[in-house]
Amino acid sequence: MKTHNSFEERFEFTGKLKTFSLVAIVIGVLAIAFGFVFEGGEHIQRTYSNLLLMSYYFVCICIGGVFFSAYQYVSQSGWSAALLRVPQALAKVLPFASLILLIVVTAGLFQTHEIVGEDGKKELVPYLYAHWAAHGLTIMGSENYDAIIAGKSAFLSIPSFYALLIVLLGSYSFLGWSIAKNSNDEDTTGNMVNYKKNFKLSVIFLVLFGFTFPLFAFGVIMSLEAHWFSTMFGWYNLAAAHVMGVAMIALIIIYVRKKGYMGWLAVDHLHDLGKIIFGFSIFWTYVWFGQFFLTWYANIPEESAYFYIRWEPEFKWWFWVNITLNFLAPLLMLMSRDAKRLEVRMKWTCIVLIVGHWLDYYLMIMPGTVGPKGAGFGVEEIGVFVGFAGTFTYLVFTQLSKFTSLIPKKHPFLEESLHHHI
Amino acid sequence: MSNTKFILGLFDDPDDMMQGIDNLQKNSIPIYDVYTPMPIHGIEAKMGVKDSRLGYAAFCFGCLGGTVIFSMIYYMLVHDWPMNVGGKPSFAIPNFVPFTFEWTILFTAFGMTITFFAATHLFPGRAPRVMDLRATDDRFVIAVSAKGNVPHEDITNLLKQAGAVEVKHNERKYVSYE
Repeated sequence: MKTHNSFEERFEFTGKLKTFSLVAIVIGVLAIAFGFVFEGGEHIQRTYSNLLLMSYYFVCICIGGVFFSAYQYVSQSGWSAALLRVPQALAKVLPFASLILLIVVTAGLFQTHEIVGEDGKKELVPYLYAHWAAHGLTIMGSENYDAIIAGKSAFLSIPSFYALLIVLLGSYSFLGWSIAKNSNDEDTTGNMVNYKKNFKLSVIFLVLFGFTFPLFAFGVIMSLEAHWFSTMFGWYNLAAAHVMGVAMIALIIIYVRKKGYMGWLAVDHLHDLGKIIFGFSIFWTYVWFGQFFLTWYANIPEESAYFYIRWEPEFKWWFWVNITLNFLAPLLMLMSRDAKRLEVRMKWTCIVLIVGHWLDYYLMIMPGTVGPKGAGFGVEEIGVFVGFAGTFTYLVFTQLSKFTSLIPKKHPFLEESLHHHI
Repeated sequence: MSNTKFILGLFDDPDDMMQGIDNLQKNSIPIYDVYTPMPIHGIEAKMGVKDSRLGYAAFCFGCLGGTVIFSMIYYMLVHDWPMNVGGKPSFAIPNFVPFTFEWTILFTAFGMTITFFAATHLFPGRAPRVMDLRATDDRFVIAVSAKGNVPHEDITNLLKQAGAVEVKHNERKYVSYE
């Protein structure tokens, strides 16, 4: 075991990783251009859906980072002190991710296209959120009037939609950024002031986040199919965001350790992260199944329409792959104690989960926007994923390299974390 | 030949006790067991205690529970007495999931408890056997078998050197609450 660690260690973001992330961004931009310009037509809708998917995914991973550091502070955990810089780097990227989501949502809401409705009439609808943002849906007497949507218009209208997004993403970003900043300041000031501040901010964040994250998920994703609703949808998304966030934290830790950083982290820290990933994958399945089961059992047409479309031949295959990747894979790969202590096993489980939750979001978004006929898996899906992966890598590792040290060296529980042993 | 069966080193400080273990191990004196009122960090590694296999028992009991309830409701609701509930097919697997889940957990929990009791000889109604009563209160106890070839004097001295507050030469293995 290495016993001499330099707590002055800073991450240097250079070399292959930086080149690859920039190349990935270029690939992403090309894929978006391909979808919008060269393909056109139906593919514009598909590109928008992919952009929404990835920007939501990006925001959720970063929120996962804020959530993780917040509950570590609130529970006054000692074990995690030495790895807090990684979730804090995710927290610092949240403002950028939020901005990207806002841009995508705005473009999708205000760019319209003509579609032919079921009754043969042509109408102009926005690319995203057409179910509630199309013109005339809530105007009494309009030929598009829809009583169900009109009843929901207090929540699903452009002003309240933007108010929700800006207030929630703004406060999550602000709190996440402040937690990371206080922790970084702690390195130089060194007293308990910053820790206490972070404790308070974390409590505020958790209360706010717990009550409002479901609203965020309802607004951004569930409203794509605005006639349908599920009160479990918010928790389902929260579970997904948390699993992805922790899987990403573990993956980044495995990577930076391979590059020779964070030598103070032992296999015990990975073991604890593995337990959280395992447990919350089960929780994700629990909520996923709860939502499915109640809908299936009650069998009310307006509710089961949601799963009916996901049971079309184009999606049915993905439906089963989704459960396999997000439930069976972590269940079998991480069940035993020894498995969580194997770096390679942890790495592959995290990769499976990161891909799996992409698919989870794919199944939440695509049936409601492009539908079974327009959905596919090709240049747009892969290209946009690669582009966002590059952006994520670039931003997160840039933020990681900005910390004065890769370890919160004046954290009051640091000694406990350095000697963490389970 | 003395009738001493076990030599117990009683410590009032866990660090001293760890020192005592070191002293004995350096002299290749096998330690029978160590009894402490609270968990001591890192003692398993020092003593070479193997990882618990309780997890494997838990997995087997979980599989058993899942299989039992699944076959049971299959027999009841599909084979023996199919009922029409809301027009659903009799063999509707989503229906079976909550039961299977609950029974898997139930069998795992009970199975683990029973396995643990069996492995540690603890049963309700059975007086627990302890080598020194104060090991459950405020003493950290190292037990060494007196049947080895090491002179008892040497063991006593090694324990005393490490800071044992008392060294007992017991002729009986257990003192019981009885």
